Amino acid sequence: MDRCDKLVDVGRRQFLRGGAVAAAGAVTATVLPAGQAKATPALAVIDYPSTKLGNVADLAVNVPVDIAYPDENSPGILLKIGQAVEGGVGPDGDIVAYSVLCPHKGWMMSYRAEDKSLNCPGHFSRFDCEAGGQQIWGHATQSVAQFTLVVDGKGDIYAEGASDLIFGRPSNVL
Amino acid sequence: MAYKRQIDRLPIPPKDAKVHNVTCHYCIVGCGYKAYTWPRNKQGTLTENAFGIDLGEQQGADGIWIAPSMYNVVRQDGKDVHLAVVPDHDCVVNSGLGSIRGARMAEARPSHVTGTQQQRLSDPMMWRNGVWQPTSWEDALDLVARVTARVITQGSEDDLVVSMFDHGGSAGGYENTWATGKLYFQSMKIKNCRIHNRPAYNSEVHSTRDMGVDELNYAYKDYEITDTIFMIGANSLETQTNLFLNHMVPGMRNGARFISVDPRRTVTVNAAEEVAGKDNVLHLAINEGTDMALFNALFTHIVDNGWVDKDFIANSTFQGGEAQPLDDAHPAGLGSLDYALAACRTSLAEAARICGVAESDIAKAAEWIAKPKDDGSRRKCVTAYEKGIIWGNDNYRTIGALVNIALATGNIGREGGGVCRLGGHQEGYYRPSDAHVGRPAEYVDQLLIRGGGKIHHVWACDHYKTTLNASQFKRVHKRRSDIVKDAMDAAAGGTREQLVDAIVGAVNGGGLFVVDVDIIHSQIGQNAHVILPACEANEMNLTSMNGERRLRLSEKYMDPYGNSKPDCLIVAGIAQHMERVLREMGKDSYADQFKGYDWQTEEDAFMDGYHKGNPEVTYERLRAMGNNGVQEPVVGFADGKLIGTERLYTDGRFTRHGREDKKALFCAAEWRGWQAAGKAREKESHKYWVNNVRANIFWQNQFLDQDIDFIQDRFPYPFIEMNIEDMAEEGIAAGDLIEIANENGATQGMAYPTDTARRGQVAMVFGSPAGSQGNVVNPGVNELVLPDYKHTWGNIRKVAGSTQRTKGVSFKSKEYKAG
Repeated sequence: MDRCDKLVDVGRRQFLRGGAVAAAGAVTATVLPAGQAKATPALAVIDYPSTKLGNVADLAVNVPVDIAYPDENSPGILLKIGQAVEGGVGPDGDIVAYSVLCPHKGWMMSYRAEDKSLNCPGHFSRFDCEAGGQQIWGHATQSVAQFTLVVDGKGDIYAEGASDLIFGRPSNVL
Repeated sequence: MAYKRQIDRLPIPPKDAKVHNVTCHYCIVGCGYKAYTWPRNKQGTLTENAFGIDLGEQQGADGIWIAPSMYNVVRQDGKDVHLAVVPDHDCVVNSGLGSIRGARMAEARPSHVTGTQQQRLSDPMMWRNGVWQPTSWEDALDLVARVTARVITQGSEDDLVVSMFDHGGSAGGYENTWATGKLYFQSMKIKNCRIHNRPAYNSEVHSTRDMGVDELNYAYKDYEITDTIFMIGANSLETQTNLFLNHMVPGMRNGARFISVDPRRTVTVNAAEEVAGKDNVLHLAINEGTDMALFNALFTHIVDNGWVDKDFIANSTFQGGEAQPLDDAHPAGLGSLDYALAACRTSLAEAARICGVAESDIAKAAEWIAKPKDDGSRRKCVTAYEKGIIWGNDNYRTIGALVNIALATGNIGREGGGVCRLGGHQEGYYRPSDAHVGRPAEYVDQLLIRGGGKIHHVWACDHYKTTLNASQFKRVHKRRSDIVKDAMDAAAGGTREQLVDAIVGAVNGGGLFVVDVDIIHSQIGQNAHVILPACEANEMNLTSMNGERRLRLSEKYMDPYGNSKPDCLIVAGIAQHMERVLREMGKDSYADQFKGYDWQTEEDAFMDGYHKGNPEVTYERLRAMGNNGVQEPVVGFADGKLIGTERLYTDGRFTRHGREDKKALFCAAEWRGWQAAGKAREKESHKYWVNNVRANIFWQNQFLDQDIDFIQDRFPYPFIEMNIEDMAEEGIAAGDLIEIANENGATQGMAYPTDTARRGQVAMVFGSPAGSQGNVVNPGVNELVLPDYKHTWGNIRKVAGSTQRTKGVSFKSKEYKAG
């Protein structure tokens, strides 16, 4: 899969039109064995995996790193902004992670370092990585999903949740 | 703080979910959606669901997805059900695209379960004991009828002033415009009336109609097969979003060039450059209000170079000089090409001077619009215009000057052609004749301001946010309605007769009795004495047509909120009470005029109105035509399908003016500078031109958006785009609250630094509940009472620094740039 920060001029090439994202080998609904008297109640909130995305020491300011979360079919970026921002973690409170699937129609967005924004080549929507993924302008009806991060004592960065539904799935964890 | 939905999964519609056809009720484009509803205690699975796809897989780009904004829990037949309203991939209008407006239709529904839109009105209310108290329909309609009947029989129907929407979509549509039209134009002959967005009852595009050319004459597919898209005073990526994305973008990918005439660089211009390449996009950033001079120079240059369609002109346009002289009802003469050109003749150099753009760019535009191709074949050009000139300087002549170009080049009624307004709402107008209103029509706002009228019936209009000269209008409207409120308070506890006496006494003493029909308690509703709750599309069945005349039935999928009703049935209630009260007053013959409203459903109103004029069209047949509907006019029914009309005037015979000869007329659009009173003086004495603009995120005056966190998080206050150097000069930072003031009043918004904004020009979003741009617009109109909202000048000062709400707002450029 081509990654977001390498996508240049993808608008005319209509990247991903028609569903080029690889099919997830996702687990479908569990079927209980016949005759079981009592079902295990589902939890009210979904359980997110804790996934290591990188280490604080490996990040350079304004250079996005490709990640995938909560699974390999949900591409995103991990980014050190350079100043403390909403949802930022790490020693400088400036490390954030976002989905790069546009929450309008699911096109892969590219990161624009000049103004720290995610840009969708499909229909020209833009999201602000310094403002919690707020849509600057566009057609989506939500902010782009921001991943919930924690940093451990070794500087390892883990994703453990998401703020919004990720495009193209009825549940963030499939 | 960016608004986070904190939603990580949604219910899945089951295979047997009910499916309803929905036409988006917001903009003119009318995108197709499907509404899925299913019982509260049921759900689909990843593999067994209403979409018939494996939802356990990550869907690819453009795949089916229910965004959280497309979901809600609503009441259907008295039960709470799940609702998902999802873009329809099979609708030719949008091909599965959703806009930031339409993709929020579900979350914009009232729900007791999820708490959305609790601002919606559930019951009639009456001003009682110093507040609005809920009451029954019987009680509210009785008071409306008694006061209205007493006043118009003691005085005349001219004492009843009516503000009424004339659009489709939302709560408009053929059912509801027919009903209000029947009440006010058939049962009564009300002439002191106005439309939702302008201060008189008139057309926004009189001149094109007088020239014989209906303003919606093409098909959207014309954009896909044209050579040039010529857009004036419009910003379609924002305001007709999926027309741009699903029809204009494919057109540009097929090789069409794009011309934009707009003093402001918009996101539409930027997107066109991204798609077509800068060499194929020409942005003519003219001086504000000078469009007509540009059009006249294009017209002159095209004729002088012989880039005209001689056969079309000979066969389809008037040949005998003057056909219609300039008079009180016609702000320009109309006639043959030569007749018009004598008045329009403008050199490239003269236009360049007036418009402030390069002569060579005007010449280039003329070539892109009209120069025949190397093989001699016609250059196809779609001309599309909207509020930039409709709400602009010298409406009649400016639109006429534009239509002249399309007529001269034969670009009407042909593939890849058309000269059309882009539109705001959908259309849905079907009413008895309005001829008694007259032309020019009464300037109703001024009538009210000078003390005229005694009763004001308001149908889903909020002039507080959307009229011109709004500061004065609001002061007077409030003062006059307060006289009635005080009289009602003084009559508290008395009989109905005593209350009516008190109200009539108050209106005879300068007061104004206000009846407001709306879906929410609006700003002008603060002056109302009786408030009647209406419902919207999909809480009722509703028919409308889009910008290519595509007629659809948008189906009811939920109950009206509380005791609210379709407007047409509210009309029926008023009419029935009027009949009863007038009969009690012994005025039988007048009472008889209010018969004929025995409608039980909105379909009854449709059959009484639209169907009678278009007998092929029924709900059942429209339902079968689905989200692709049929393009009006409907000319037949065969093989189970309604037969429509793809584009108008393919036979070269022009009919909109009603002339026997069916010849189109050219407009003698002579340039005269600032047409409306006071504009030139205002410009000279103020520092900033205050452009009145739209944004894709809001629907009109934000009546629903004001209660949606996602929207208010992005723009808690109306944005005012401003040049960065101007901001520095005024000591203004991003997000500061700033005031625009002039002799008409003042308004307030939030500074949005914009690197493409020209110095001395700001662009304020219109219609905001938190700051009406209309406050600073002067009362100047054209001869036919068309307002010039677009031309206002004021001075700017900082009022306060950023608030807690503006601190989390992004102030980055709205223009997409590849990473």
